Amino acid sequence: MARKSKKSANYLSARTIRRTAKENRRITRQFEQKLNRKHVAPSEYATVMKDPANVLEVEDLKTYFFTDAGTVKAVDGVSFEVPRGKTIGLVGESGCGKSVTSLSIMQLLQRPQGQIVSGAIRLTQDHGQAVDITKMPIHAMEKIRGKDVSMIFQEPMTSLNPVFKIGSQLDEVIGLHNPDMDKDAVKKRTIEMLELVSIANSGAVYDMYPHQLSGGMRQRVMIAIALACSPKVIIADEPTTALDVTIQAQILDILRRLKDQINSSIVLITHDLGVIAEMADEVVVMYAGRIVEKGTVEEIFKHPSHPYTLGLMASKPVVSRHVERLYSIPGNVPNPIEMPDYCYFRDRCDRAFEPCYGEYPPMISLSPTHKVACYCYQQPADKKE
Amino acid sequence: MAKHTTSHPSQTTPPSQELLSVSHLKTYFPIKSGVLQRVTGYVKAVDDISFKLYPGQTMSLVGESGCGKTTAGRTILRLTPKSAGEVVFEGKDIYKLDAQELRALRPQMQLIFQDPYSSLSPRMPVGEIIAEAPRQHHIVPKEQFDTYIDKIMKDCGLQPYHRDRYPHEFSGGQRQRICIARALALNPKFIVCDEPVSALDVSIQAQIINLLMDLQAQYNLTYLFISHDLSVVEHISDLIGVMYLGDLVERGTKKEVFARPLHPYTQALFSAIPVPDPDYKMNRIILEGSIPSPANPPAGCKFHTRCRYCMEICKQQVPPSYEVEPGHVVNCHLYEGSPVVDDLTGSDDMEVQLAREKLAAAEDRAAGAAAARGQLSVDDIVSENLSEEARTDSQEAVLDRSSEWMKEREQQLERMQADRRQAEPAAAGAAPAGDESAEAPASPEK
Amino acid sequence: MRKYIVKRLLWSILILFFVSFLIYLLMRSLPSSYVETVARERAASNPQVSYKQWLERLNELYGLNVNPLQGFFIWLSQAIRGHFGDSWYYGVPVTQKFGSVIWYSFALGAAALIFQVALAIPLGIQSARKQYSALDYATTVFALIGISLPGFFFITILKMVFAVNLGWFDLNGIVGRMHDSYSPFRQFLDICQHMVLPTLNLVIIGTGSLLRYTRTNMLEVLNSDYIRTARAEGLSERRVINHHAFRNTLIPLVTIIGGTLPGLFSGALITETLFKIPGIGYTSYEAMLAGDIPFTMFYLTFMAILTLLGTLISDVLYAVVDPRVRVS
Repeated sequence: MARKSKKSANYLSARTIRRTAKENRRITRQFEQKLNRKHVAPSEYATVMKDPANVLEVEDLKTYFFTDAGTVKAVDGVSFEVPRGKTIGLVGESGCGKSVTSLSIMQLLQRPQGQIVSGAIRLTQDHGQAVDITKMPIHAMEKIRGKDVSMIFQEPMTSLNPVFKIGSQLDEVIGLHNPDMDKDAVKKRTIEMLELVSIANSGAVYDMYPHQLSGGMRQRVMIAIALACSPKVIIADEPTTALDVTIQAQILDILRRLKDQINSSIVLITHDLGVIAEMADEVVVMYAGRIVEKGTVEEIFKHPSHPYTLGLMASKPVVSRHVERLYSIPGNVPNPIEMPDYCYFRDRCDRAFEPCYGEYPPMISLSPTHKVACYCYQQPADKKE
Repeated sequence: MAKHTTSHPSQTTPPSQELLSVSHLKTYFPIKSGVLQRVTGYVKAVDDISFKLYPGQTMSLVGESGCGKTTAGRTILRLTPKSAGEVVFEGKDIYKLDAQELRALRPQMQLIFQDPYSSLSPRMPVGEIIAEAPRQHHIVPKEQFDTYIDKIMKDCGLQPYHRDRYPHEFSGGQRQRICIARALALNPKFIVCDEPVSALDVSIQAQIINLLMDLQAQYNLTYLFISHDLSVVEHISDLIGVMYLGDLVERGTKKEVFARPLHPYTQALFSAIPVPDPDYKMNRIILEGSIPSPANPPAGCKFHTRCRYCMEICKQQVPPSYEVEPGHVVNCHLYEGSPVVDDLTGSDDMEVQLAREKLAAAEDRAAGAAAARGQLSVDDIVSENLSEEARTDSQEAVLDRSSEWMKEREQQLERMQADRRQAEPAAAGAAPAGDESAEAPASPEK
Repeated sequence: MRKYIVKRLLWSILILFFVSFLIYLLMRSLPSSYVETVARERAASNPQVSYKQWLERLNELYGLNVNPLQGFFIWLSQAIRGHFGDSWYYGVPVTQKFGSVIWYSFALGAAALIFQVALAIPLGIQSARKQYSALDYATTVFALIGISLPGFFFITILKMVFAVNLGWFDLNGIVGRMHDSYSPFRQFLDICQHMVLPTLNLVIIGTGSLLRYTRTNMLEVLNSDYIRTARAEGLSERRVINHHAFRNTLIPLVTIIGGTLPGLFSGALITETLFKIPGIGYTSYEAMLAGDIPFTMFYLTFMAILTLLGTLISDVLYAVVDPRVRVS
């Protein structure tokens, strides 16, 4: 039986696909029209931060992909806050929605399939103002990308335009967000940025093309571009995954130093728990598009609570921690198109018990900062409520 | 164990005889230029590596991208032509074999690739992918063939009904199982694993590593494990070789190399590994600059351009191999005064000893593995981890604390469950108090 | 860079030598030669001299009494000095005939190329930006029709609609009946008018592949990481497309178009023949049918030079537009 139903999920008839595609076009057209509007009063997307100490607040974010095979709920109700000057680590395996969350914040989703369906992303502005990114049309979004919120990508080898010189690519960003700077001032600032990311011969690098630099150097240039306008939030999506460990150490060092220097916050996305432990102040663990656990870095690493977090930590070998056999989480991530209506981790969880067969567990507070979505930690008292 | 030997009758090599011996192996790729394609230089991908491997051992080659570890693996299998040196497998120099002899030897030496997505033919059913080569090499008699393939698949965690499916129907981890089954079906003695888990997610990585280790115990396999992930390497290997720009700069047993990394490059490499513990005090050696081009490596010691301890001699002379401890060899002028080993002499006793230990352990493990497989739970693992002796003080403290915490949590959970079983509404009010997490729900969620 | 070009040119000369030798061998081994045809005609009209005698005399006259190898070197030694001889069929020096027809072909080719590029690039970019939109489907259908249906088919349709039914243009020819009585400016307009249908035909068959090529390249570029980076920097969508994406799309396009530039002189054989335009394509077609060795040799060698030049230009342009392949 199980195999049969799996088969019907894998093999879709052409008719079903056509129907889904048509329905998707109808839905996405509405989103697209809203995003492509030209003249929108800023008051429409103005908002206030819930806590003025935060620079970024993501609340109940839902980002769906409307594919021909069905709707993929890549991010389904994610909430977290980024306080000023802190580093938030988003951890999870591939397909858990951590990258989609970051692309939603930048409004860089693969459109028209990928759309923010609901929720709020509040980004602080000057003078106590804030904007809700989910309500912003594209052309307003262009003004804050790179200036208030910027992003560092995973692949330094392909993330720089191969036909323009390093200098001109940096000049472009700086000139764009500082229209009152003249050409010489822009170039001076570019050289300064290159020096800031520890590129020794900045003058020569200014006139080089990306292919003349190594991966580590290119990632430094990417960091320089991202930090050129002193953004309030830097999103770093697996910034060191493609690099060797010794280069990774250099890059993380630069990132940490510059974050303090320009007083911004980092949203660090990675699957490497070691990098998280080293960099993050607070950690958000994601699984299948939802947050399963969040807390301060101490809480997550010393008292991991969600069975998934525990499994993740146990399955990664750690230097100088000897185990005879690695733990491996049984089973697979559920099909993203047909998510179950109970806890997504239940079928792989060895602690599953009777309440897990009910609806998806709520976030349960273990401490003011430590929250976990697991029935194991529910007290009988609040079960009744 | 005896059962497996019957299906693999060729495993009789005593541990005292090495399975593979690589000495002064070099692989240079010519750089051609000009109209007539004249050779104007060489990329020294592998520049003089030597080591020995005994049956049942795992040797890991670690190093950063471009250090030549993959080329080394391919040259050892004679998939890339060598430039100098020799590779002796079971007493035969594989570079002296003719095409037919080499073909006969091929099943004994297999390769598992990094990318399980591109290393499987998309138009062949999985059963055929696994069965094709063993059929050609007549590994087992025809009448036993089907049961043999089924057994191999089962050992690799694949179901018999997977035989008719195509690779695209499998996830990354499962495809890597198919790749392993394909290699294993040829009844090899030696497998080169080229970054077999780098493309996989953490939880899948663990499955594949466990599988590789189980198969090694079961079939007495010898691995050459190529990886840049040092934590994986530490978990799986017995011997470690650290490569830098084509040179094997340091080699020794895992315990030795991780406890006392001697070469400045190894020290820097190890210090760069991020440790998943927020309290861990980083004492990081940040290497300046990037790896020089292997087409034009620095003179003298290749690492001297980035070395903290660079001396005058390093710029001029290539350091010889010093054996600082028995079996722990390092190419660095800092250890001048230690005995120089030319080839592989001096390290034999040590490695034979290690191989024996390993075999004994493997047999024990194989006996217990079948029973234990799949029945481990998170808590077992965590408590097992915690009971292990941690090396650094800070880590020990952390783990202690966290094990205490785990115990508390478990007791609390037990109590909760007991309460629930009684199903008395009154018990709800009498939930355990005074515990830090019991207070937590009381603080309202904002 | 200069060294590279010189090296390439030297190679080209070597290739050219072998190409012209092969062509000459082929021409000499054709089953019916110009000389045989003429000899047969003369023998028929003048019975006193037999066909054999005519053949001998003509062979000597046209230099065909030597073996092909000798013949080739005689031709080569003349050709190197710029003497391509007289055309047998047209009876005038080859270069003179060539000079008088080449400009028709060039004008036709240039006009077609300009329209092709002007249509294909903007349409290709637009359909890539709006993948799977109505515009994308429309251009795809248009492009595929142009690619898959043969040129003579369109010529027939164009003639049918515009020349026969609507009567806007003449069926064929390069000048109208009243051409000689016009003022020079009217004469120019007359020629232009006769060029419209051939150009239209070339645009229809040529635009499709260029359009598809532009679209594929643009799609690839738009999905690349550096375009995402450019957007993440806050650049406006217009700047992302027109500056960052377009420069990268241009790389393969420039090399392709650059490579076709020498082809402007090669003429369009089918179109010119069917419209009876006295361009180089039509002229060489006639010469080849007649077995006119000097003219054909000149034309085919000229084509070989153009092809070699085309690949050289496209390689050099590649290095100019793409910094990654610049030869140091």
